[in-house]
Amino acid sequence: MIALLLRDLRLAIRAGGGFGLGLAFFLIVVTLVPFGVGPEGGVLARIAPGILWVGALLACLLSLDRIFALDFEDGSLDLLATAPIPLEGVVTIKAVAHWLTTGLPLVLAAPAFGVLLHLEGSANFWLVLSLALGTPALSVLGAFGAALTVGLKRGGLLLSLLVLPLYVPTLIFGAELVRRGASGMETQVPLLMLAGITAACIAVVPFASAAAIRVNLR
Amino acid sequence: MNALSVTDLAVSRGGLPVLEGLGFTLAPGRALVLRGPNGIGKTTLLRTLAGLQPPLAGQISVPPEAMAYAAHADGLKATLSVTENLRFWASVYGTGTIARALDDMNLRQLADRAAMSLSAGQKRRLGLARLLVTGRPIWVLDEPTVSLDAASVALFAEAVRTHLAGGGAALMATHIDLGIPEAEVLDLAPFKARTPEEGGMSGGFDEAFE
Repeated sequence: MIALLLRDLRLAIRAGGGFGLGLAFFLIVVTLVPFGVGPEGGVLARIAPGILWVGALLACLLSLDRIFALDFEDGSLDLLATAPIPLEGVVTIKAVAHWLTTGLPLVLAAPAFGVLLHLEGSANFWLVLSLALGTPALSVLGAFGAALTVGLKRGGLLLSLLVLPLYVPTLIFGAELVRRGASGMETQVPLLMLAGITAACIAVVPFASAAAIRVNLR
Repeated sequence: MNALSVTDLAVSRGGLPVLEGLGFTLAPGRALVLRGPNGIGKTTLLRTLAGLQPPLAGQISVPPEAMAYAAHADGLKATLSVTENLRFWASVYGTGTIARALDDMNLRQLADRAAMSLSAGQKRRLGLARLLVTGRPIWVLDEPTVSLDAASVALFAEAVRTHLAGGGAALMATHIDLGIPEAEVLDLAPFKARTPEEGGMSGGFDEAFE
């Protein structure tokens, strides 16, 4: 399983692997917002948690369809399905690789993007915490969507329609956590909900993803 | 002791039954070549045996963790080198060593090349080298010799013969003569499935409603 993780990470950073695309997309979304909303600091700071979370969501979505589609096209998904790794393990590792190449860079770069939106210093801590807790759920749920649409022509668009509604709870509690943290309110409830959603997704969703792949490979 | 035995097997593709009443056994050290016209269901049969799709009826008996499947597509990653591609599969199957596979498939000189710069035949050789690093006793091969030149076919036949001599078994769908005299040939044409109108099975499209 470690071999699969290393292979996926290596593929991501080789030419055409798309590493950093999500991050660049996130940067562009975040810099576009002040152009659209106007440069007034107070307004930006108020909408910053929501914008940053929506941006992270979209950046995550950008690379989802590659999780299984490339392996399906070159036949390695068939071979992985017949390999001694359980398919649930393959799906989990693929989601981990997606998080390491997309989610983790977003988490680490978020404070810099927070500055662009006039997010205050103390709120940055909550932003990083909420993204660190929430983005693994995005990758795991995204892998499920990718598993459902693997083998479909133009599956990417369908994938977005399937996956974005599943992201709603994470988005609500993630943005809420940053908002409450920034204004010094009690943060325990959104924090626990966010962590709980992620934990539940990691525990349950890989089984659904593996089942979806088995059906799609028939 | 049979490596692989199949009784009264029926397989379907896209909801239509393609083969039925199929039975054969494959003992260690033996090779079986599947023949039949295009569309008879060779690939479907091999995918079913590999566990990628459920059989429509019948039993497949195979020891666990014994089979290595090689499909039409080689499953190579274009941006990884030959060595990296092989080493990945070697560690997935927990065998670890790729030196013999590189030598047997004459890939030594290409070891550091990216898979995308290989020719079609060289890619195929790399795909077959993957079988050697799996260390599995039963090879299930779908058209293994496509785009191979005569010398490479001989190289592959030699690898299969070594595998058989070591107690392995091989099941192959192929149209050409591999030059493995001990291989038995199974013609699939007599096992072609009847249509539902002729009293055959329905293809399982309604499985969700049963």
